[in-house]
Amino acid sequence: MKPFTYERASSAADAADKAGRAPGSKFIAGGTNLLDLMKLQIEAPNHLIDINGLDLDKIESMPDGGLRIGALVRNTDLAADMRVRRDYAMLSRALLAGASGQLRNKATTAGNLLQRTRCPYFYDTNMPCNKRQPGSGCSAIGGYTRQLGVVGVSDACIATHPSDMAVAMRALDATVETVRADKSSRAVPIAEFHRLPGDTPHIETVLEPGELITAVTLPKAIGGKQYYRKVRDRASYAFALVSIAAVVQPDGSGRVAVGGIAHKPWRIEAAETNMLRGAKPVAEQLLADARPTRANAFKLPLVERTLAAVLAEART
Amino acid sequence: MSKEPDAGLSRRRVLAVGAASLATALPAARSEAQPAAAGNASDSPGGLVHAVSFNVNGSEQRLDLDARTTLLDALREHMRLTGTKKGCDHGQCGACTVIVDGRRINSCLSLAVMHEGARITTIEGLGTPDKLHPMQAAFIEHDAYQCGYCTPGQICSAVAVLDEIRAGVPSHASESLLDRPQANNTEMRERMSGNICRCGAYSNIAEAMAEVAGRDV
Repeated sequence: MKPFTYERASSAADAADKAGRAPGSKFIAGGTNLLDLMKLQIEAPNHLIDINGLDLDKIESMPDGGLRIGALVRNTDLAADMRVRRDYAMLSRALLAGASGQLRNKATTAGNLLQRTRCPYFYDTNMPCNKRQPGSGCSAIGGYTRQLGVVGVSDACIATHPSDMAVAMRALDATVETVRADKSSRAVPIAEFHRLPGDTPHIETVLEPGELITAVTLPKAIGGKQYYRKVRDRASYAFALVSIAAVVQPDGSGRVAVGGIAHKPWRIEAAETNMLRGAKPVAEQLLADARPTRANAFKLPLVERTLAAVLAEART
Repeated sequence: MSKEPDAGLSRRRVLAVGAASLATALPAARSEAQPAAAGNASDSPGGLVHAVSFNVNGSEQRLDLDARTTLLDALREHMRLTGTKKGCDHGQCGACTVIVDGRRINSCLSLAVMHEGARITTIEGLGTPDKLHPMQAAFIEHDAYQCGYCTPGQICSAVAVLDEIRAGVPSHASESLLDRPQANNTEMRERMSGNICRCGAYSNIAEAMAEVAGRDV
Protein backbone atom coordinates (compact mmCIF):
# COMPACT_ATOMS: atom_id res chain seq x y z
CA MET A 1 0.00 0.00 0.00
CA LYS A 2 1.05 3.60 -0.63
CA PRO A 3 1.40 5.57 2.62
CA PHE A 4 -1.72 7.44 3.70
CA THR A 5 -2.86 9.55 6.60
CA TYR A 6 -5.83 8.43 8.67
CA GLU A 7 -8.47 10.00 10.84
CA ARG A 8 -11.84 9.11 12.32
CA ALA A 9 -14.94 11.14 11.51
CA SER A 10 -17.37 12.14 14.27
CA SER A 11 -20.55 12.52 12.17
CA ALA A 12 -21.72 12.10 8.60
CA ALA A 13 -21.51 15.85 7.99
CA ASP A 14 -18.04 15.91 9.56
CA ALA A 15 -16.94 13.04 7.29
CA ALA A 16 -18.22 14.76 4.13
CA ASP A 17 -16.63 18.04 5.27
CA LYS A 18 -13.28 16.33 5.92
CA ALA A 19 -13.43 14.64 2.51
CA GLY A 20 -14.31 17.92 0.82
CA ARG A 21 -11.16 19.47 2.28
CA ALA A 22 -8.89 16.52 1.41
CA PRO A 23 -8.67 15.83 -2.31
CA GLY A 24 -7.53 12.26 -2.93
CA SER A 25 -9.13 11.01 0.29
CA LYS A 26 -11.48 8.03 0.64
CA PHE A 27 -14.01 6.97 3.22
CA ILE A 28 -13.38 3.58 4.76
CA ALA A 29 -16.05 1.44 6.42
CA GLY A 30 -15.75 -2.36 6.04
CA GLY A 31 -12.71 -1.93 3.85
CA THR A 32 -13.05 -5.38 2.29
CA ASN A 33 -12.90 -4.06 -1.28
CA LEU A 34 -10.94 -0.84 -0.74
CA LEU A 35 -8.03 -2.43 1.15
CA ASP A 36 -7.85 -5.27 -1.37
CA LEU A 37 -7.44 -2.67 -4.14
CA MET A 38 -5.05 -0.54 -2.06
CA LYS A 39 -2.73 -3.52 -1.65
CA LEU A 40 -2.56 -3.72 -5.44
CA GLN A 41 -2.22 0.10 -5.65
CA ILE A 42 -5.26 0.18 -7.93
CA GLU A 43 -6.69 2.46 -5.28
CA ALA A 44 -4.12 4.78 -3.73
CA PRO A 45 -5.85 7.34 -1.50
CA ASN A 46 -3.52 9.73 0.32
CA HIS A 47 -5.94 10.00 3.24
CA LEU A 48 -8.51 7.66 4.79
CA ILE A 49 -11.53 8.90 6.71
CA ASP A 50 -12.78 6.12 8.98
CA ILE A 51 -16.58 6.34 9.24
CA ASN A 52 -17.07 3.22 11.38
CA GLY A 53 -17.85 5.25 14.49
CA LEU A 54 -20.81 7.05 12.91
CA ASP A 55 -24.36 6.41 14.00
CA LEU A 56 -25.35 4.89 10.65
CA ASP A 57 -25.67 1.26 11.67
CA LYS A 58 -29.42 1.00 12.35
CA ILE A 59 -32.31 -0.42 10.35
CA GLU A 60 -35.38 1.70 11.05
CA SER A 61 -39.03 1.07 10.20
CA MET A 62 -40.42 4.19 8.50
CA PRO A 63 -43.84 5.78 9.04
CA ASP A 64 -44.70 5.08 5.37
CA GLY A 65 -44.16 1.36 5.96
CA GLY A 66 -40.73 1.33 4.35
CA LEU A 67 -37.32 0.58 5.80
CA ARG A 68 -34.33 2.86 6.24
CA ILE A 69 -31.05 0.97 6.20
CA GLY A 70 -28.06 2.85 7.61
CA ALA A 71 -24.99 3.01 5.39
CA LEU A 72 -22.93 1.07 7.95
CA VAL A 73 -25.35 -1.83 8.46
CA ARG A 74 -23.25 -4.93 7.84
CA ASN A 75 -24.35 -7.33 5.12
CA THR A 76 -24.81 -10.10 7.73
CA ASP A 77 -27.09 -7.92 9.85
CA LEU A 78 -29.17 -6.74 6.91
CA ALA A 79 -29.63 -10.30 5.64
CA ALA A 80 -30.58 -11.52 9.13
CA ASP A 81 -33.01 -8.71 10.01
CA MET A 82 -36.42 -10.34 10.46
CA ARG A 83 -38.22 -7.48 8.68
CA VAL A 84 -36.00 -7.97 5.64
CA ARG A 85 -36.35 -11.77 5.74
CA ARG A 86 -40.14 -11.46 5.93
CA ASP A 87 -40.94 -8.47 3.68
CA TYR A 88 -37.96 -8.10 1.34
CA ALA A 89 -36.87 -11.73 1.03
CA MET A 90 -35.02 -11.22 -2.25
CA LEU A 91 -32.71 -8.78 -0.48
CA SER A 92 -31.82 -11.30 2.23
CA ARG A 93 -31.31 -13.95 -0.44
CA ALA A 94 -29.13 -11.68 -2.56
CA LEU A 95 -26.92 -10.75 0.39
CA LEU A 96 -26.54 -14.37 1.47
CA ALA A 97 -25.58 -15.35 -2.08
CA GLY A 98 -22.67 -12.90 -2.03
CA ALA A 99 -19.11 -13.20 -0.71
CA SER A 100 -18.27 -15.31 2.37
CA GLY A 101 -19.43 -15.23 5.97
CA GLN A 102 -16.27 -13.41 7.02
CA LEU A 103 -16.68 -10.73 4.35
CA ARG A 104 -20.40 -10.24 5.03
CA ASN A 105 -19.57 -9.61 8.69
CA LYS A 106 -17.46 -6.62 7.66
CA ALA A 107 -18.97 -5.38 4.39
CA THR A 108 -21.45 -2.53 4.69
CA THR A 109 -24.58 -1.53 2.80
CA ALA A 110 -22.98 1.57 1.26
CA GLY A 111 -19.70 -0.18 0.53
CA ASN A 112 -21.51 -2.98 -1.24
CA LEU A 113 -23.09 -0.43 -3.61
CA LEU A 114 -19.67 1.08 -4.28
CA GLN A 115 -17.81 -2.16 -5.04
CA ARG A 116 -15.48 -1.96 -8.00
CA THR A 117 -15.73 -4.44 -10.84
CA ARG A 118 -14.05 -7.85 -10.73
CA CYS A 119 -13.02 -7.64 -14.38
CA PRO A 120 -9.68 -9.52 -14.45
CA TYR A 121 -8.05 -6.74 -16.49
CA PHE A 122 -9.04 -4.10 -13.94
CA TYR A 123 -7.09 -6.16 -11.39
CA ASP A 124 -4.11 -6.82 -13.68
CA THR A 125 -1.97 -3.72 -13.35
CA ASN A 126 0.27 -4.87 -16.20
CA MET A 127 -2.58 -4.53 -18.70
CA PRO A 128 -4.36 -1.45 -20.08
CA CYS A 129 -7.74 -0.70 -18.50
CA ASN A 130 -9.81 2.43 -19.10
CA LYS A 131 -11.45 2.07 -15.71
CA ARG A 132 -8.17 1.87 -13.81
CA GLN A 133 -6.22 4.25 -16.06
CA PRO A 134 -8.52 6.40 -18.21
CA GLY A 135 -7.52 6.47 -21.87
CA SER A 136 -5.19 3.48 -21.67
CA GLY A 137 -7.51 1.13 -23.57
CA CYS A 138 -9.63 -1.93 -22.75
CA SER A 139 -7.86 -5.27 -22.57
CA ALA A 140 -11.12 -7.12 -22.00
CA ILE A 141 -12.43 -6.34 -25.47
CA GLY A 142 -10.81 -9.09 -27.51
CA GLY A 143 -9.62 -10.75 -24.30
CA TYR A 144 -11.06 -13.16 -21.77
CA THR A 145 -14.69 -12.14 -21.44
CA ARG A 146 -16.63 -15.07 -20.00
CA GLN A 147 -17.59 -13.13 -16.84
CA LEU A 148 -18.07 -9.75 -18.47
CA GLY A 149 -20.93 -7.55 -19.62
CA VAL A 150 -23.36 -8.13 -22.49
CA VAL A 151 -25.67 -5.10 -22.28
CA GLY A 152 -25.02 -1.41 -21.78
CA VAL A 153 -21.40 -1.99 -22.76
CA SER A 154 -19.25 0.55 -24.60
CA ASP A 155 -16.15 0.51 -26.78
CA ALA A 156 -14.23 1.67 -23.70
CA CYS A 157 -15.41 -0.91 -21.14
CA ILE A 158 -17.39 -4.14 -20.84
CA ALA A 159 -17.02 -4.59 -17.07
CA THR A 160 -19.90 -5.70 -14.85
CA HIS A 161 -20.99 -4.48 -11.43
CA PRO A 162 -20.31 -7.34 -9.01
CA SER A 163 -22.95 -6.69 -6.33
CA ASP A 164 -25.80 -9.09 -5.61
CA MET A 165 -27.38 -6.78 -3.03
CA ALA A 166 -27.73 -3.90 -5.50
CA VAL A 167 -29.65 -6.10 -7.96
CA ALA A 168 -32.31 -6.85 -5.35
CA MET A 169 -32.39 -3.19 -4.30
CA ARG A 170 -32.94 -2.21 -7.95
CA ALA A 171 -35.96 -4.53 -8.15
CA LEU A 172 -37.22 -3.09 -4.85
CA ASP A 173 -36.95 0.55 -6.06
CA ALA A 174 -34.52 1.54 -3.31
CA THR A 175 -33.29 5.10 -2.84
CA VAL A 176 -29.76 6.11 -1.88
CA GLU A 177 -29.50 8.98 0.63
CA THR A 178 -26.32 11.05 0.78
CA VAL A 179 -24.74 14.08 2.39
CA ARG A 180 -22.34 16.34 0.51
CA ALA A 181 -19.32 18.33 1.60
CA ASP A 182 -21.43 21.51 1.78
CA LYS A 183 -23.74 19.62 4.23
CA SER A 184 -26.61 19.47 1.70
CA SER A 185 -28.29 16.09 1.35
CA ARG A 186 -30.07 14.38 -1.49
CA ALA A 187 -31.90 11.17 -2.35
CA VAL A 188 -30.97 9.34 -5.56
CA PRO A 189 -33.17 6.55 -6.95
CA ILE A 190 -31.02 3.44 -7.31
CA ALA A 191 -31.89 3.33 -11.02
CA GLU A 192 -29.92 6.55 -11.44
CA PHE A 193 -27.16 5.82 -8.92
CA HIS A 194 -24.86 3.63 -11.03
CA ARG A 195 -23.69 4.78 -14.47
CA LEU A 196 -23.09 2.92 -17.69
CA PRO A 197 -19.44 2.95 -18.77
CA GLY A 198 -19.75 5.12 -21.91
CA ASP A 199 -16.40 6.76 -22.53
CA THR A 200 -15.77 7.43 -18.81
CA PRO A 201 -15.85 3.94 -17.24
CA HIS A 202 -13.78 5.18 -14.27
CA ILE A 203 -16.82 7.19 -13.12
CA GLU A 204 -19.14 4.51 -11.78
CA THR A 205 -21.78 6.38 -9.80
CA VAL A 206 -23.34 9.84 -9.67
CA LEU A 207 -21.66 10.56 -6.32
CA GLU A 208 -19.68 13.80 -6.24
CA PRO A 209 -16.21 13.97 -4.68
CA GLY A 210 -16.62 13.90 -0.90
CA GLU A 211 -20.28 12.86 -1.04
CA LEU A 212 -21.12 10.25 1.59
CA ILE A 213 -23.90 7.66 1.46
CA THR A 214 -25.82 7.80 4.73
CA ALA A 215 -28.64 5.30 4.10
CA VAL A 216 -30.58 3.23 1.62
CA THR A 217 -34.35 3.36 1.92
CA LEU A 218 -36.81 0.75 0.72
CA PRO A 219 -40.44 1.66 -0.05
CA LYS A 220 -43.32 -0.13 1.67
CA ALA A 221 -43.14 -3.87 1.05
CA ILE A 222 -44.88 -5.00 -2.14
CA GLY A 223 -45.51 -8.62 -1.15
CA GLY A 224 -45.57 -11.35 -3.79
CA LYS A 225 -43.18 -14.25 -4.00
CA GLN A 226 -39.61 -13.01 -4.02
CA TYR A 227 -36.55 -14.70 -5.50
CA TYR A 228 -32.87 -14.16 -5.98
CA ARG A 229 -31.42 -16.86 -8.18
CA LYS A 230 -27.69 -16.70 -8.85
CA VAL A 231 -25.88 -18.79 -11.46
CA ARG A 232 -22.12 -19.07 -10.94
CA ASP A 233 -19.15 -21.31 -11.60
CA ARG A 234 -19.09 -22.61 -7.99
CA ALA A 235 -21.98 -23.35 -5.66
CA SER A 236 -20.73 -20.78 -3.14
CA TYR A 237 -18.37 -17.82 -2.84
CA ALA A 238 -18.22 -16.81 -6.51
CA PHE A 239 -19.45 -13.83 -8.50
CA ALA A 240 -22.54 -14.19 -10.65
CA LEU A 241 -22.44 -15.18 -14.29
CA VAL A 242 -26.11 -14.22 -14.28
CA SER A 243 -28.47 -13.49 -11.41
CA ILE A 244 -32.19 -12.76 -11.33
CA ALA A 245 -33.97 -10.77 -8.62
CA ALA A 246 -37.70 -11.15 -9.11
CA VAL A 247 -41.03 -10.46 -7.46
CA VAL A 248 -43.98 -12.46 -8.76
CA GLN A 249 -47.46 -11.42 -7.65
CA PRO A 250 -50.41 -13.85 -7.39
CA ASP A 251 -51.81 -12.51 -10.69
CA GLY A 252 -48.51 -13.27 -12.45
CA SER A 253 -47.35 -9.66 -12.76
CA GLY A 254 -44.04 -8.70 -11.22
CA ARG A 255 -40.59 -7.17 -11.46
CA VAL A 256 -37.23 -8.43 -12.69
CA ALA A 257 -33.70 -7.09 -12.26
CA VAL A 258 -30.66 -8.89 -13.63
CA GLY A 259 -27.13 -9.03 -12.25
CA GLY A 260 -23.84 -10.14 -13.80
CA ILE A 261 -24.55 -8.76 -17.25
CA ALA A 262 -23.98 -5.00 -17.11
CA HIS A 263 -22.11 -2.11 -15.50
CA LYS A 264 -25.12 -1.65 -13.20
CA PRO A 265 -28.07 -3.72 -11.99
CA TRP A 266 -30.08 -4.22 -15.18
CA ARG A 267 -33.79 -3.53 -15.17
CA ILE A 268 -36.16 -2.28 -17.88
CA GLU A 269 -39.57 -1.68 -16.33
CA ALA A 270 -41.33 -1.84 -19.73
CA ALA A 271 -40.19 -5.45 -20.14
CA GLU A 272 -42.14 -6.42 -17.02
CA THR A 273 -45.49 -5.85 -18.78
CA ASN A 274 -44.70 -9.16 -20.52
CA MET A 275 -44.34 -11.15 -17.29
CA LEU A 276 -47.68 -12.91 -17.84
CA ARG A 277 -46.44 -14.19 -21.21
CA GLY A 278 -43.42 -15.92 -19.70
CA ALA A 279 -39.65 -15.53 -19.61
CA LYS A 280 -38.91 -15.32 -23.32
CA PRO A 281 -40.55 -11.97 -24.18
CA VAL A 282 -39.25 -10.41 -20.94
CA ALA A 283 -35.70 -11.56 -21.62
CA GLU A 284 -35.89 -10.46 -25.25
CA GLN A 285 -36.82 -6.93 -24.22
CA LEU A 286 -34.24 -6.81 -21.41
CA LEU A 287 -31.50 -7.91 -23.80
CA ALA A 288 -32.67 -6.20 -27.00
CA ASP A 289 -29.53 -4.08 -27.29
CA ALA A 290 -27.10 -6.77 -26.14
CA ARG A 291 -23.59 -6.79 -27.58
CA PRO A 292 -22.13 -10.05 -26.29
CA THR A 293 -18.77 -11.53 -27.21
CA ARG A 294 -18.38 -15.09 -28.44
CA ALA A 295 -17.23 -16.11 -24.96
CA ASN A 296 -20.14 -14.57 -23.04
CA ALA A 297 -23.04 -14.91 -25.51
CA PHE A 298 -24.17 -17.84 -23.33
CA LYS A 299 -25.44 -15.23 -20.86
CA LEU A 300 -28.35 -14.32 -23.16
CA PRO A 301 -30.09 -17.72 -23.09
CA LEU A 302 -28.97 -18.09 -19.46
CA VAL A 303 -30.94 -14.97 -18.47
CA GLU A 304 -34.05 -16.33 -20.15
CA ARG A 305 -33.68 -19.82 -18.65
CA THR A 306 -32.92 -18.55 -15.17
CA LEU A 307 -35.97 -16.30 -15.32
CA ALA A 308 -38.04 -19.21 -16.65
CA ALA A 309 -36.92 -21.30 -13.69
CA VAL A 310 -37.93 -18.55 -11.28
CA LEU A 311 -41.36 -18.11 -12.92
CA ALA A 312 -41.92 -21.87 -12.85
CA GLU A 313 -41.06 -21.96 -9.15
CA ALA A 314 -43.44 -19.06 -8.52
CA ARG A 315 -46.32 -21.08 -10.01
CA THR A 316 -45.83 -23.96 -7.58
CA MET B 1 14.94 -23.26 -3.16
CA SER B 2 17.78 -21.24 -1.69
CA LYS B 3 19.66 -22.67 1.26
CA GLU B 4 18.83 -21.32 4.70
CA PRO B 5 21.36 -18.54 5.35
CA ASP B 6 21.90 -19.65 8.93
CA ALA B 7 20.54 -22.92 10.21
CA GLY B 8 20.42 -21.45 13.72
CA LEU B 9 18.22 -18.56 12.65
CA SER B 10 14.61 -19.58 12.28
CA ARG B 11 12.25 -18.01 9.74
CA ARG B 12 10.26 -16.52 12.57
CA ARG B 13 13.39 -14.99 14.07
CA VAL B 14 14.26 -13.41 10.71
CA LEU B 15 10.76 -11.90 10.52
CA ALA B 16 11.05 -10.62 14.08
CA VAL B 17 14.35 -8.89 13.31
CA GLY B 18 12.83 -7.44 10.13
CA ALA B 19 9.82 -6.10 12.00
CA ALA B 20 12.01 -4.57 14.70
CA SER B 21 14.06 -2.69 12.13
CA LEU B 22 10.83 -1.44 10.57
CA ALA B 23 9.67 -0.21 13.96
CA THR B 24 12.84 1.82 14.48
CA ALA B 25 12.61 3.25 10.97
CA LEU B 26 9.07 4.52 11.39
CA PRO B 27 9.48 7.47 13.76
CA ALA B 28 12.04 9.00 11.41
CA ALA B 29 9.65 8.65 8.48
CA ARG B 30 6.90 10.22 10.53
CA SER B 31 8.92 13.18 11.69
CA GLU B 32 9.63 13.99 8.06
CA ALA B 33 5.98 13.86 7.08
CA GLN B 34 4.45 15.27 10.26
CA PRO B 35 7.02 17.40 12.09
CA ALA B 36 4.37 19.09 14.22
CA ALA B 37 3.05 15.78 15.52
CA ALA B 38 6.40 14.24 16.41
CA GLY B 39 6.41 12.45 19.73
CA ASN B 40 2.63 12.22 19.95
CA ALA B 41 1.53 9.36 17.75
CA SER B 42 -1.94 8.98 19.24
CA ASP B 43 -3.10 12.55 18.75
CA SER B 44 -2.02 13.23 15.20
CA PRO B 45 -5.16 13.16 13.09
CA GLY B 46 -3.89 12.84 9.59
CA GLY B 47 -0.59 11.39 10.83
CA LEU B 48 1.06 8.26 9.43
CA VAL B 49 1.53 6.50 12.79
CA HIS B 50 -1.32 5.90 15.19
CA ALA B 51 -1.75 4.47 18.64
CA VAL B 52 -4.35 1.74 18.89
CA SER B 53 -5.52 -0.27 21.89
CA PHE B 54 -7.44 -3.51 21.81
CA ASN B 55 -7.79 -6.70 23.76
CA VAL B 56 -6.25 -9.80 22.23
CA ASN B 57 -7.02 -13.15 23.82
CA GLY B 58 -7.82 -11.47 27.13
CA SER B 59 -4.74 -9.28 27.24
CA GLU B 60 -4.83 -5.50 26.74
CA GLN B 61 -2.50 -4.32 23.99
CA ARG B 62 -1.36 -0.85 22.99
CA LEU B 63 0.56 -0.48 19.75
CA ASP B 64 1.90 2.42 17.70
CA LEU B 65 1.31 1.40 14.12
CA ASP B 66 1.74 2.71 10.62
CA ALA B 67 -1.85 3.20 9.47
CA ARG B 68 -1.23 0.68 6.68
CA THR B 69 -0.78 -2.18 9.14
CA THR B 70 -3.51 -4.75 8.71
CA LEU B 71 -4.94 -6.47 11.76
CA LEU B 72 -3.25 -9.64 10.45
CA ASP B 73 0.18 -7.99 10.34
CA ALA B 74 -0.36 -6.41 13.76
CA LEU B 75 -1.04 -9.86 15.22
CA ARG B 76 1.78 -11.64 13.45
CA GLU B 77 4.54 -9.07 13.13
CA HIS B 78 3.95 -6.83 16.13
CA MET B 79 2.52 -9.24 18.69
CA ARG B 80 4.27 -12.45 17.58
CA LEU B 81 0.93 -14.27 17.40
CA THR B 82 1.86 -16.32 14.36
CA GLY B 83 -0.96 -18.83 14.73
CA THR B 84 -3.08 -16.65 12.45
CA LYS B 85 -1.82 -17.30 8.94
CA LYS B 86 -1.27 -15.12 5.90
CA GLY B 87 -2.48 -17.00 2.85
CA CYS B 88 -3.64 -14.89 -0.09
CA ASP B 89 -3.66 -11.57 1.85
CA HIS B 90 -6.71 -10.57 -0.27
CA GLY B 91 -9.69 -12.01 1.62
CA GLN B 92 -10.07 -14.99 -0.67
CA CYS B 93 -8.67 -17.92 1.33
CA GLY B 94 -9.76 -17.40 4.95
CA ALA B 95 -6.43 -18.48 6.50
CA CYS B 96 -6.33 -15.16 8.41
CA THR B 97 -9.77 -15.58 10.01
CA VAL B 98 -9.99 -14.26 13.58
CA ILE B 99 -12.96 -13.46 15.80
CA VAL B 100 -13.50 -9.76 16.53
CA ASP B 101 -16.23 -8.78 18.99
CA GLY B 102 -17.77 -12.21 18.50
CA ARG B 103 -17.66 -12.19 14.69
CA ARG B 104 -15.29 -13.89 12.30
CA ILE B 105 -13.54 -11.60 9.85
CA ASN B 106 -10.62 -11.71 7.41
CA SER B 107 -7.91 -9.98 9.42
CA CYS B 108 -5.96 -9.29 6.20
CA LEU B 109 -8.69 -6.95 4.91
CA SER B 110 -8.95 -4.78 7.98
CA LEU B 111 -6.64 -2.08 9.28
CA ALA B 112 -5.49 -2.51 12.87
CA VAL B 113 -6.27 1.15 13.62
CA MET B 114 -9.92 0.47 12.80
CA HIS B 115 -10.20 -1.84 15.81
CA GLU B 116 -9.76 0.57 18.71
CA GLY B 117 -11.33 -1.01 21.81
CA ALA B 118 -12.13 -4.31 20.08
CA ARG B 119 -11.98 -7.79 21.65
CA ILE B 120 -10.00 -10.07 19.36
CA THR B 121 -9.72 -13.82 19.65
CA THR B 122 -7.11 -15.71 17.64
CA ILE B 123 -6.38 -19.43 17.54
CA GLU B 124 -3.98 -18.89 20.47
CA GLY B 125 -6.89 -17.58 22.55
CA LEU B 126 -9.34 -20.39 21.84
CA GLY B 127 -7.43 -23.08 23.67
CA THR B 128 -3.97 -24.21 24.77
CA PRO B 129 -2.11 -27.48 24.15
CA ASP B 130 -3.10 -28.55 27.68
CA LYS B 131 -6.67 -27.35 27.43
CA LEU B 132 -7.90 -27.53 23.87
CA HIS B 133 -11.04 -25.80 22.70
CA PRO B 134 -13.65 -28.46 21.81
CA MET B 135 -13.30 -27.49 18.13
CA GLN B 136 -9.52 -27.98 18.27
CA ALA B 137 -9.99 -31.39 19.90
CA ALA B 138 -12.58 -32.33 17.27
CA PHE B 139 -10.25 -31.32 14.41
CA ILE B 140 -7.58 -33.64 15.84
CA GLU B 141 -10.08 -36.43 16.45
CA HIS B 142 -11.46 -36.22 12.90
CA ASP B 143 -8.13 -35.62 11.14
CA ALA B 144 -9.58 -32.37 9.78
CA TYR B 145 -6.32 -31.09 8.28
CA GLN B 146 -3.24 -32.26 6.46
CA CYS B 147 -0.57 -29.56 6.12
CA GLY B 148 -2.28 -27.46 8.79
CA TYR B 149 -1.70 -24.05 7.24
CA CYS B 150 -5.38 -23.16 6.85
CA THR B 151 -6.33 -24.84 10.14
CA PRO B 152 -6.23 -21.85 12.54
CA GLY B 153 -8.52 -19.94 10.19
CA GLN B 154 -10.74 -23.00 9.71
CA ILE B 155 -11.09 -23.46 13.47
CA CYS B 156 -11.81 -19.78 14.21
CA SER B 157 -14.34 -19.78 11.39
CA ALA B 158 -15.93 -23.05 12.54
CA VAL B 159 -16.37 -21.80 16.10
CA ALA B 160 -18.02 -18.60 14.82
CA VAL B 161 -20.21 -20.54 12.36
CA LEU B 162 -21.77 -22.57 15.17
CA ASP B 163 -22.42 -19.33 17.06
CA GLU B 164 -24.07 -17.85 13.95
CA ILE B 165 -26.33 -20.89 13.58
CA ARG B 166 -27.23 -20.71 17.28
CA ALA B 167 -28.02 -17.00 16.86
CA GLY B 168 -30.39 -17.84 13.99
CA VAL B 169 -28.43 -16.11 11.22
CA PRO B 170 -29.66 -17.61 7.90
CA SER B 171 -27.40 -18.69 5.04
CA HIS B 172 -27.65 -19.23 1.30
CA ALA B 173 -28.27 -22.90 2.08
CA SER B 174 -31.19 -22.24 4.46
CA GLU B 175 -34.39 -23.54 2.85
CA SER B 176 -36.56 -21.06 4.73
CA LEU B 177 -35.57 -17.56 5.75
CA LEU B 178 -38.12 -17.63 8.55
CA ASP B 179 -37.23 -20.88 10.32
CA ARG B 180 -34.22 -21.31 12.57
CA PRO B 181 -31.25 -22.68 10.63
CA GLN B 182 -30.05 -26.18 11.55
CA ALA B 183 -26.46 -27.23 12.14
CA ASN B 184 -26.53 -29.75 9.30
CA ASN B 185 -23.87 -30.65 6.75
CA THR B 186 -25.36 -28.49 3.96
CA GLU B 187 -25.41 -25.42 6.19
CA MET B 188 -21.87 -25.93 7.44
CA ARG B 189 -20.41 -26.47 3.97
CA GLU B 190 -22.03 -23.27 2.70
CA ARG B 191 -20.99 -21.24 5.73
CA MET B 192 -17.39 -22.48 5.53
CA SER B 193 -16.98 -21.58 1.83
CA GLY B 194 -14.74 -18.64 2.74
CA ASN B 195 -12.09 -21.00 4.13
CA ILE B 196 -10.08 -22.75 1.44
CA CYS B 197 -8.15 -25.97 2.18
CA ARG B 198 -5.70 -26.95 -0.54
CA CYS B 199 -5.30 -30.38 1.06
CA GLY B 200 -9.03 -30.95 0.67
CA ALA B 201 -9.86 -31.87 4.26
CA TYR B 202 -13.36 -30.45 3.86
CA SER B 203 -15.38 -33.57 4.68
CA ASN B 204 -13.40 -34.13 7.87
CA ILE B 205 -13.77 -30.48 8.83
CA ALA B 206 -17.54 -30.81 8.45
CA GLU B 207 -17.46 -33.95 10.63
CA ALA B 208 -15.46 -32.17 13.31
CA MET B 209 -17.95 -29.31 13.28
CA ALA B 210 -20.86 -31.74 13.44
CA GLU B 211 -19.40 -33.38 16.52
CA VAL B 212 -19.06 -30.04 18.28
CA ALA B 213 -22.55 -29.05 17.19
CA GLY B 214 -23.77 -32.27 18.79
CA ARG B 215 -25.33 -33.70 15.67
CA ASP B 216 -24.52 -36.39 13.19
CA VAL B 217 -24.21 -35.52 9.51
